[in-house]
Amino acid sequence: MISLSWYLIFAAALFCIGLFGVLSRKNAIAILMGIELMLNAVNVNLVAFWRYVNPGQITGQVFAIIVFAVAASEVAVGLALFISIYRRRGTIAADEIDLMKW
Amino acid sequence: MSVEMIIFLIIAVATLGSALMVVTTKNLVHMALWLIVVLLGIAIFFAMLSAGFLAVAQVVIYIGAIAILLIFAIMLTQRTTQEAGSSFNSNWRWGILVSLILFAGLFIILVNWSGISTTPPNLDSRASVADIGVALVEPNAFLLPFEFASVLLLAALIGAIYVAWDRRKV
Repeated sequence: MISLSWYLIFAAALFCIGLFGVLSRKNAIAILMGIELMLNAVNVNLVAFWRYVNPGQITGQVFAIIVFAVAASEVAVGLALFISIYRRRGTIAADEIDLMKW
Repeated sequence: MSVEMIIFLIIAVATLGSALMVVTTKNLVHMALWLIVVLLGIAIFFAMLSAGFLAVAQVVIYIGAIAILLIFAIMLTQRTTQEAGSSFNSNWRWGILVSLILFAGLFIILVNWSGISTTPPNLDSRASVADIGVALVEPNAFLLPFEFASVLLLAALIGAIYVAWDRRKV
Protein backbone atom coordinates (compact mmCIF):
# COMPACT_ATOMS: atom_id res chain seq x y z
CA MET A 1 0.00 0.00 0.00
CA ILE A 2 1.03 3.59 -0.53
CA SER A 3 1.95 5.25 2.73
CA LEU A 4 0.77 8.70 3.78
CA SER A 5 4.21 10.23 3.17
CA TRP A 6 3.94 9.88 -0.61
CA TYR A 7 0.85 12.05 -0.77
CA LEU A 8 2.24 14.60 1.67
CA ILE A 9 5.54 14.99 -0.19
CA PHE A 10 3.71 15.24 -3.50
CA ALA A 11 1.47 17.95 -2.06
CA ALA A 12 4.48 19.81 -0.63
CA ALA A 13 6.18 19.79 -4.05
CA LEU A 14 3.02 20.98 -5.81
CA PHE A 15 2.55 23.75 -3.23
CA CYS A 16 6.12 24.96 -3.71
CA ILE A 17 5.77 24.99 -7.51
CA GLY A 18 2.60 27.05 -7.12
CA LEU A 19 4.38 29.38 -4.71
CA PHE A 20 7.15 29.90 -7.24
CA GLY A 21 4.53 30.78 -9.86
CA VAL A 22 2.88 33.29 -7.54
CA LEU A 23 6.16 34.94 -6.55
CA SER A 24 7.79 35.23 -9.95
CA ARG A 25 5.25 35.47 -12.79
CA LYS A 26 4.50 38.85 -14.27
CA ASN A 27 1.03 38.24 -15.66
CA ALA A 28 -1.75 38.53 -13.10
CA ILE A 29 -3.71 35.58 -14.53
CA ALA A 30 -0.56 33.45 -14.28
CA ILE A 31 -0.35 34.42 -10.60
CA LEU A 32 -3.96 33.30 -10.16
CA MET A 33 -3.07 29.92 -11.71
CA GLY A 34 -0.23 29.57 -9.19
CA ILE A 35 -2.77 30.15 -6.41
CA GLU A 36 -4.95 27.41 -7.92
CA LEU A 37 -2.00 25.00 -7.76
CA MET A 38 -1.43 25.85 -4.09
CA LEU A 39 -5.12 25.36 -3.22
CA ASN A 40 -5.09 21.98 -4.96
CA ALA A 41 -2.02 20.90 -2.99
CA VAL A 42 -3.86 21.79 0.22
CA ASN A 43 -6.87 19.76 -0.93
CA VAL A 44 -4.70 16.69 -1.57
CA ASN A 45 -3.37 17.01 1.98
CA LEU A 46 -6.85 17.33 3.47
CA VAL A 47 -8.21 14.29 1.65
CA ALA A 48 -5.07 12.22 2.35
CA PHE A 49 -5.32 12.93 6.09
CA TRP A 50 -9.03 12.11 6.01
CA ARG A 51 -8.33 8.76 4.36
CA TYR A 52 -5.33 7.75 6.48
CA VAL A 53 -6.13 9.16 9.91
CA ASN A 54 -9.88 9.31 10.40
CA PRO A 55 -11.95 7.86 7.54
CA GLY A 56 -14.97 7.38 9.80
CA GLN A 57 -15.50 11.13 10.07
CA ILE A 58 -16.46 12.93 6.89
CA THR A 59 -14.74 16.17 8.02
CA GLY A 60 -11.80 16.09 5.62
CA GLN A 61 -13.99 15.79 2.55
CA VAL A 62 -16.35 18.55 3.71
CA PHE A 63 -13.36 20.79 4.34
CA ALA A 64 -12.13 20.10 0.78
CA ILE A 65 -15.59 21.01 -0.59
CA ILE A 66 -15.47 24.34 1.28
CA VAL A 67 -12.02 24.95 -0.25
CA PHE A 68 -13.60 24.31 -3.69
CA ALA A 69 -16.20 27.00 -2.99
CA VAL A 70 -13.58 29.48 -1.80
CA ALA A 71 -11.39 28.80 -4.85
CA ALA A 72 -14.31 29.31 -7.21
CA SER A 73 -15.27 32.65 -5.63
CA GLU A 74 -11.63 33.75 -5.57
CA VAL A 75 -11.20 33.06 -9.29
CA ALA A 76 -14.48 34.77 -10.20
CA VAL A 77 -13.71 37.97 -8.28
CA GLY A 78 -10.05 37.95 -9.34
CA LEU A 79 -10.83 37.64 -13.02
CA ALA A 80 -13.49 40.37 -12.77
CA LEU A 81 -10.85 42.62 -11.20
CA PHE A 82 -8.34 41.85 -13.96
CA ILE A 83 -10.88 42.54 -16.71
CA SER A 84 -11.76 45.84 -15.06
CA ILE A 85 -8.07 46.77 -14.69
CA TYR A 86 -7.38 45.77 -18.30
CA ARG A 87 -10.22 48.00 -19.48
CA ARG A 88 -8.84 51.03 -17.63
CA ARG A 89 -5.09 50.58 -18.01
CA GLY A 90 -4.64 48.26 -20.98
CA THR A 91 -2.37 45.82 -19.15
CA ILE A 92 -2.55 43.12 -16.50
CA ALA A 93 1.17 42.78 -15.87
CA ALA A 94 1.41 42.76 -12.08
CA ASP A 95 4.45 45.04 -12.02
CA GLU A 96 2.72 47.72 -14.11
CA ILE A 97 -0.34 47.92 -11.87
CA ASP A 98 1.26 50.35 -9.45
CA LEU A 99 -1.30 53.13 -8.98
CA MET A 100 -1.31 52.68 -5.20
CA LYS A 101 2.45 52.20 -4.94
CA TRP A 102 4.17 55.32 -3.71
CA MET B 1 6.64 -2.22 -5.75
CA SER B 2 2.93 -2.81 -6.18
CA VAL B 3 0.80 -1.76 -9.12
CA GLU B 4 -0.72 1.00 -6.99
CA MET B 5 2.69 2.52 -6.30
CA ILE B 6 3.63 2.48 -9.98
CA ILE B 7 0.37 4.20 -10.89
CA PHE B 8 0.96 6.75 -8.12
CA LEU B 9 4.48 7.51 -9.33
CA ILE B 10 3.42 7.90 -12.97
CA ILE B 11 0.57 10.27 -12.05
CA ALA B 12 2.73 12.21 -9.58
CA VAL B 13 5.54 12.75 -12.09
CA ALA B 14 3.07 13.76 -14.83
CA THR B 15 1.26 16.16 -12.48
CA LEU B 16 4.40 17.81 -11.12
CA GLY B 17 5.85 18.11 -14.63
CA SER B 18 2.67 19.76 -15.85
CA ALA B 19 2.73 22.06 -12.81
CA LEU B 20 6.26 23.11 -13.75
CA MET B 21 5.03 23.77 -17.29
CA VAL B 22 2.21 25.91 -15.84
CA VAL B 23 4.62 28.20 -14.02
CA THR B 24 7.21 28.42 -16.82
CA THR B 25 5.33 28.48 -20.16
CA LYS B 26 5.18 31.85 -21.89
CA ASN B 27 1.98 31.22 -23.82
CA LEU B 28 -0.93 31.84 -21.46
CA VAL B 29 -3.39 29.59 -23.27
CA HIS B 30 -0.90 26.73 -23.08
CA MET B 31 -0.55 27.50 -19.37
CA ALA B 32 -4.28 27.02 -18.90
CA LEU B 33 -4.14 23.71 -20.80
CA TRP B 34 -1.26 22.45 -18.64
CA LEU B 35 -3.26 23.52 -15.60
CA ILE B 36 -6.07 21.24 -16.79
CA VAL B 37 -3.60 18.31 -16.86
CA VAL B 38 -2.57 19.11 -13.26
CA LEU B 39 -6.21 19.27 -12.14
CA LEU B 40 -6.92 15.93 -13.82
CA GLY B 41 -3.96 14.36 -11.99
CA ILE B 42 -5.33 15.65 -8.68
CA ALA B 43 -8.75 14.20 -9.56
CA ILE B 44 -7.10 10.80 -10.09
CA PHE B 45 -5.44 11.11 -6.67
CA PHE B 46 -8.83 11.82 -5.10
CA ALA B 47 -10.17 8.68 -6.75
CA MET B 48 -7.16 6.69 -5.44
CA LEU B 49 -7.89 8.04 -1.95
CA SER B 50 -11.45 6.66 -2.37
CA ALA B 51 -13.00 10.14 -2.32
CA GLY B 52 -15.11 9.55 -5.42
CA PHE B 53 -17.36 12.54 -4.96
CA LEU B 54 -14.40 14.89 -4.74
CA ALA B 55 -12.85 13.37 -7.87
CA VAL B 56 -16.02 14.11 -9.83
CA ALA B 57 -16.39 17.55 -8.24
CA GLN B 58 -12.77 18.32 -9.13
CA VAL B 59 -13.45 17.56 -12.80
CA VAL B 60 -16.74 19.45 -12.87
CA ILE B 61 -15.76 22.52 -10.82
CA TYR B 62 -12.07 22.97 -11.58
CA ILE B 63 -11.76 21.70 -15.14
CA GLY B 64 -15.31 22.47 -16.23
CA ALA B 65 -15.70 25.88 -14.63
CA ILE B 66 -12.52 27.43 -13.25
CA ALA B 67 -10.14 26.46 -16.07
CA ILE B 68 -12.62 27.57 -18.71
CA LEU B 69 -13.15 30.85 -16.84
CA LEU B 70 -9.37 31.37 -16.83
CA ILE B 71 -9.21 30.72 -20.58
CA PHE B 72 -12.01 33.24 -21.12
CA ALA B 73 -10.16 35.85 -19.07
CA ILE B 74 -6.94 35.19 -21.00
CA MET B 75 -8.76 35.67 -24.30
CA LEU B 76 -10.35 38.89 -23.06
CA THR B 77 -7.16 40.47 -21.74
CA GLN B 78 -4.42 39.46 -24.20
CA ARG B 79 -3.85 41.18 -27.50
CA THR B 80 -1.72 38.21 -28.50
CA THR B 81 -1.39 34.93 -26.65
CA GLN B 82 2.37 35.45 -26.45
CA GLU B 83 3.67 37.72 -23.74
CA ALA B 84 6.15 40.37 -24.82
CA GLY B 85 9.54 40.09 -23.16
CA SER B 86 10.27 37.95 -20.13
CA SER B 87 7.31 36.36 -18.40
CA PHE B 88 9.09 36.53 -15.03
CA ASN B 89 9.48 39.60 -12.88
CA SER B 90 12.84 40.78 -11.62
CA ASN B 91 12.57 38.79 -8.37
CA TRP B 92 12.26 35.32 -9.91
CA ARG B 93 15.54 34.13 -8.40
CA TRP B 94 14.21 34.94 -4.94
CA GLY B 95 11.05 33.06 -5.88
CA ILE B 96 13.06 29.93 -6.67
CA LEU B 97 15.06 30.32 -3.46
CA VAL B 98 11.99 30.75 -1.24
CA SER B 99 10.19 27.81 -2.87
CA LEU B 100 13.19 25.50 -2.55
CA ILE B 101 13.77 26.46 1.10
CA LEU B 102 10.08 25.86 1.87
CA PHE B 103 10.14 22.50 0.12
CA ALA B 104 13.33 21.45 1.89
CA GLY B 105 11.88 22.48 5.24
CA LEU B 106 8.61 20.61 4.64
CA PHE B 107 10.51 17.56 3.41
CA ILE B 108 12.73 17.44 6.51
CA ILE B 109 9.75 17.88 8.84
CA LEU B 110 7.75 15.19 7.01
CA VAL B 111 10.61 12.66 6.94
CA ASN B 112 11.25 13.08 10.66
CA TRP B 113 7.57 12.85 11.61
CA SER B 114 6.60 9.56 13.23
CA GLY B 115 3.15 9.26 11.62
CA ILE B 116 4.58 9.43 8.13
CA SER B 117 4.45 5.75 7.19
CA THR B 118 0.81 5.27 8.18
CA THR B 119 -1.08 2.88 5.97
CA PRO B 120 -4.77 3.49 5.39
CA PRO B 121 -7.30 1.79 7.66
CA ASN B 122 -9.98 -0.26 5.97
CA LEU B 123 -12.77 1.86 4.63
CA ASP B 124 -16.42 0.99 4.94
CA SER B 125 -17.39 1.00 1.29
CA ARG B 126 -20.81 2.42 2.13
CA ALA B 127 -19.21 5.58 3.52
CA SER B 128 -19.88 7.57 0.43
CA VAL B 129 -21.67 10.43 -1.24
CA ALA B 130 -24.76 9.94 0.92
CA ASP B 131 -22.69 10.58 4.07
CA ILE B 132 -21.34 13.82 2.66
CA GLY B 133 -24.84 14.92 1.69
CA VAL B 134 -26.22 14.19 5.15
CA ALA B 135 -23.26 15.83 6.89
CA LEU B 136 -23.69 19.02 4.86
CA VAL B 137 -27.28 19.60 5.97
CA GLU B 138 -27.13 18.24 9.51
CA PRO B 139 -27.31 21.05 12.11
CA ASN B 140 -24.92 19.15 14.40
CA ALA B 141 -22.41 18.69 11.58
CA PHE B 142 -21.64 21.14 8.79
CA LEU B 143 -24.87 23.04 8.13
CA LEU B 144 -23.39 26.40 9.15
CA PRO B 145 -20.17 26.17 7.06
CA PHE B 146 -22.29 24.98 4.14
CA GLU B 147 -24.57 28.02 4.38
CA PHE B 148 -21.55 30.31 4.78
CA ALA B 149 -20.11 28.82 1.60
CA SER B 150 -23.32 29.52 -0.30
CA VAL B 151 -23.44 33.12 0.99
CA LEU B 152 -19.78 33.50 -0.04
CA LEU B 153 -20.56 32.25 -3.55
CA LEU B 154 -23.50 34.66 -3.84
CA ALA B 155 -21.34 37.56 -2.63
CA ALA B 156 -18.63 36.59 -5.13
CA LEU B 157 -21.21 36.43 -7.93
CA ILE B 158 -22.59 39.90 -7.18
CA GLY B 159 -19.13 41.33 -6.56
CA ALA B 160 -17.74 39.94 -9.83
CA ILE B 161 -20.65 41.39 -11.83
CA TYR B 162 -20.29 44.77 -10.10
CA VAL B 163 -16.52 44.97 -10.54
CA ALA B 164 -16.51 43.90 -14.19
CA TRP B 165 -19.41 46.20 -15.13
CA ASP B 166 -18.47 48.68 -17.85
CA ARG B 167 -20.02 51.91 -16.58
CA ARG B 168 -19.12 54.03 -19.60
CA LYS B 169 -21.34 52.10 -21.96
CA VAL B 170 -24.55 52.22 -19.92
